[in-house]
Amino acid sequence: MKMMDLPVTVNGRSRAWSIAPGELLLDVLRREGFFGVKRGCEQGECGACTVLVNGRAVNSCLMFAAQVEGCDVLTIEGLADNGKLHPIQEAFLDHGAAQCGFCTPGMILSAKALLDRNPHPTEAEVREALAGNLCRCTGYLKPVEAVLAAAARMAEEVGP
Amino acid sequence: MRERHVVGHNVRKVDGVALVTGGPVFTDDVRIPGMLYGKILPSPHAHAIVKHIHTAKARALAGVRAVLTYRDVPRVPHTTAGQAWPEPSPYDTYLLDSKMRFVGDRVAAVAAESRAIAEEALRLIDVEYDVLPAVIDMEQAMAPGAPVIHDEPDSTKIHDRSRNIAGYILREIGNVEEGFREADYIVEREYRTHRQQHTPLEPHITICWLDPNGRLVIRSSTQVPYHCRRQVAMILQMPVSRVHVIKPRIGGGFGGKQEMLLEDICGALTLASRRPVKMEYTREEEFYMARSRHPQILRMKMGVKRDGAVVASQLTVLATTGAYGSHANTVQGNTGSKVLPLYRAPHMRFECHVVYTNMPVAGAFRGYGCPQGFFAQESLVDEIAEQLGMDPVEFHLQNAIRLGDTDKLSAQLGEGREGLPRLVRSCGLPQCVEKAAAAIGWAEKRRVHNGPRPHLKRGVGMACTMQGSGIAGVDWASAFLKMNEDGSFFLQVGASDVGGGADTVLSQIAAEALGVTLDKIVIASGDTDNTPFDVGAYASSTTIISGGAVKKAAEKVLTQVLAVAAQLLETPMEKLGRGNNEVFTLCECRKAVSMTEIAMHAMYKEKFQIMDGASHFNTDSPPPFCATFAEVEVDTETGQVRVLHLATAVDPGVAVNPMQAEGQVEGAVTQGLGYALTEELLLDGAGRPLNPNFLDYKIFSAMDMPKLTTILVETDEPLGPFGAKSISEVPINGPAPAIANAIYNAVGVRIRKLPIRPEDVLHALHAQAEACATL
Repeated sequence: MKMMDLPVTVNGRSRAWSIAPGELLLDVLRREGFFGVKRGCEQGECGACTVLVNGRAVNSCLMFAAQVEGCDVLTIEGLADNGKLHPIQEAFLDHGAAQCGFCTPGMILSAKALLDRNPHPTEAEVREALAGNLCRCTGYLKPVEAVLAAAARMAEEVGP
Repeated sequence: MRERHVVGHNVRKVDGVALVTGGPVFTDDVRIPGMLYGKILPSPHAHAIVKHIHTAKARALAGVRAVLTYRDVPRVPHTTAGQAWPEPSPYDTYLLDSKMRFVGDRVAAVAAESRAIAEEALRLIDVEYDVLPAVIDMEQAMAPGAPVIHDEPDSTKIHDRSRNIAGYILREIGNVEEGFREADYIVEREYRTHRQQHTPLEPHITICWLDPNGRLVIRSSTQVPYHCRRQVAMILQMPVSRVHVIKPRIGGGFGGKQEMLLEDICGALTLASRRPVKMEYTREEEFYMARSRHPQILRMKMGVKRDGAVVASQLTVLATTGAYGSHANTVQGNTGSKVLPLYRAPHMRFECHVVYTNMPVAGAFRGYGCPQGFFAQESLVDEIAEQLGMDPVEFHLQNAIRLGDTDKLSAQLGEGREGLPRLVRSCGLPQCVEKAAAAIGWAEKRRVHNGPRPHLKRGVGMACTMQGSGIAGVDWASAFLKMNEDGSFFLQVGASDVGGGADTVLSQIAAEALGVTLDKIVIASGDTDNTPFDVGAYASSTTIISGGAVKKAAEKVLTQVLAVAAQLLETPMEKLGRGNNEVFTLCECRKAVSMTEIAMHAMYKEKFQIMDGASHFNTDSPPPFCATFAEVEVDTETGQVRVLHLATAVDPGVAVNPMQAEGQVEGAVTQGLGYALTEELLLDGAGRPLNPNFLDYKIFSAMDMPKLTTILVETDEPLGPFGAKSISEVPINGPAPAIANAIYNAVGVRIRKLPIRPEDVLHALHAQAEACATL
C-alpha cells in the first residue's frame, strides 16, 4: 500500500509519521504508543477515544489520521506538565471521579476543552461538555463535581 | 469504635494516577512482537446445524496463520460461568461446535497478520447450514414439540434437556397454602423484565502468547483470573500449571467479565499458530456475543393480615438463559433467596424454571437476579400497602427483616444447592428508610401531584432491597504480605480490581491492620503466577472475603513485626503499640522503633524476611441494605417519565473508603435507571439483535442524569474486616420499583413491565381514561 507522510504536532512535539491514507486517527495514535486513547465503540458514540485537535474535543475513531496534518493534537499523555498533574487530573483523584478509568482520559480532555473556552462553567455546561463521554461506572456525579472543583481551583490560581 | 487512621478515610485510588494520566495499564496497552489478530465467525442463524464447512480458501489467504472449526479442537463440555468448582451451571458449551444455538454463536475462528486480513478470511469461509426452527419466545420453550436446543448427549447438569429446561428450583419455608388461608388480603400480579447488557466501556479483550518455556500466558479483561485458568486448562486439555492468567486494569465488568469468554478460543488460536494472538469484541459483538441480564416473567403473590403483617409470599418465575446455561441456576436462585426474605413472612415459596431459548446468552450481571425479583416484590408491596391504607414506609418498617432475625430461605437455597442460614448481625435498614425519605421530601410530596404545567404530574415512590456479601461457604480468598527494607509491605492478592477500587480498599485494610500509612503498601493483584488464589470479583465478595484474608495475613505479619520490635525495644510484645510507621512502647517513656529499622534488623541481622499469608471464607453472607426513593414527573400527553430526584441510602457496614463507596452507589443507581427506563437489547423474530450500538441502546449520559442523593448509613458487621459488608450491587435493585411506584403515585397507573417506555405509560393512561369514562 502507498504510504503518506503525516507531519503533526502531538503533545507539543512535532512528529513525521508514515500512515496509510485510510487509517483512522485512533489507530495511528495507539500504534504510536498513545495508549491513553481508548477504543470503546469505533462509531463515535462513546467518547473514550477523545483527543483535542487544535483545542477542540473530537472522537479520534471518526477522523482520518490524514485530517490532522499540520494540526496540534493533545492526548491525555500530554496533559500533565513534567509530571505535575493538571488541576482536572488532581480533581478527578480527589473526588473519586475515576473508577475503572477507561472513559477517564476522554472525559478529562473534554473537560479541558470546556475550561479552556469557558473557565467558569455552570453545572449544566459541564454536563453538556461531558455528554459525549459515556461512563458505565460513576453515574457522572463525581466527574461533574471534579470538573467544577478544577475550574474553581484554576480560577484561584489565575487570581481575580 | 476505635479511632482509625486509614480505614474509613477518603484516600485517593492507589492506581489513580496511572488512570488519569492514560498510563498503559489495560489489556490492550501492550505491544507484543509478531502478534496476530483473531476473529470469530458468528452464526447468522439462531438455530442451525453446520452441514458443510470449507476453510480452504480462508487458509490459503496470504497472512492467515490459523483457521479453527469444531473439527480442529477438543470437544470438552464446560460452562463459561466463572464460578467456584464444581460450577453449579450446566456443562453445555463447547469451544467450537457443529450446532449453532443463537445468532452470534461461534462457527469458526481465524488468526491473521492483521484485523483486515482476519475479517477477509471470515468472508472466505464457506458454510452450509441446515437451518432449524428456533425458540425465540421463552413461554414456548417448554411446550410439547418445541425444538430441542441441547440434544447433544455429552452435555451434563441440564435439568431436562428434552423440554429445554436448564434449571429448576422449588423451595418452601412453612406452608404457603396455609399462610394464604390465614391472610385477610391476597394480591397476585405478573411482572416482566427484559434483556439488559453490561456495556463496559472496554469490550472483552484477551491477548495470549507462549512464554519462553512454552506456557500459555493469557492477559485478559477478566473478573475471575483463577477460574479462567482452571477452565482454559480443562478445555485446552493442558495442566493448570501450564497456564498463566494476568488481569491488568479492567475497563468495567459488572458481571459480564465473570465469564471465560474469549480466553479459550484465543488460547486455541495461539496454540495452533504458535504466535501471540489478540481477540477483542467490537461494540456490536459485545452487545450480543457477550452476556446480558436474564429476562424473567415473575408471578408474585402475597398475603397479609389486616394489621399489615405479611403471612405468606410466593414467587413463581420463568426465566431464560438464552442458548447456554451460564449462571442459570444461581442467578435465578438469588431471585428467590435474596428477595423474599426481606419480609418476615412465616410462609414462603419460590419456584423457578430457567429455560433455554435460541437467544443471546444471559449471565452474571450486577444484582444477579435481584433487580428482577425486587421489581416484582416492591411493586406488589406498594399495591398491598395502598389496599391496607398504609404508607409504604410504615409497611416496610413493620415487615422488613431486622437485627437478630434469621433468613431461613437462604439455608435451603444456596449457590445452586443447599445453602446456609443467614443471621442478621448488622442492620441499618430503618435508618436508610428514614434518611432517604427525608431527602426526597416524602411526607410533603406524597400528596402533591401538580407539576409546573397541567399535563405534568409528579409523584414519589420507594423500594427497599438487600443483597449478600460473598457466597456463604463457597467464596474464599487468600493474601500474602512481605516486608521490604524501607518498612513498606508488598501485598499480593488474587482479588480482581475491575474498576471498583478493590486494590485501594485492600491496601487500606492492610495499612490499618499493620499501623502504617497507605503509601507503605504496594499491591499486586489478579495474577495467577504472582498472587495467591481468590475466587474473583463477584457476589459483592471482595471487601468482606478478600479483605478478610488481607486482615488475617496482616495480623500474622504484625505478630512477626512486634516480635522483632520487642527485641529492639527490650519490651514484651503485649506492651507495644503501632501506628504511623513505627512500633512504640505503651509506657510513659514511649520508646519507638521505625518499621524501617525493624525490617533492616530482621533482614540483615536476624536473616529472615517478615512475611506471611492467610486464606479466608465466611459461613454467612451478611446482607447490605438499601432504601431507594424516587421523585418522577410524568408527561400525560406523551407518556414520558422524567426522574427528578433519586435518593439512595445504603447500609454497607463500615465504608472502608466512603468516597469510593458513594461512587459504587452512584454507578449502580445509574445502571438501575437505565434498566428501569431506557435500556433493552431488542431482537427480531429470528433472534437477530436490532440495536447493538450506543445510538440505539441508550445508557444514561451526563446530561440525562437526575439529581442523585447518596447516603451511607454505617453499621458494624462482626463478620467483616473492620466492620465492612459490601455495597457494589445492592443499590442497582431499587430504581425500577421505586420509579414504577412513583409513576403510580403521580398518575395512578401501574406499569408492570420493564423498561418503562413512554408508549406503555401512555397506553396505560388511555386505558385508565377509558375505564373512567365507562363507569
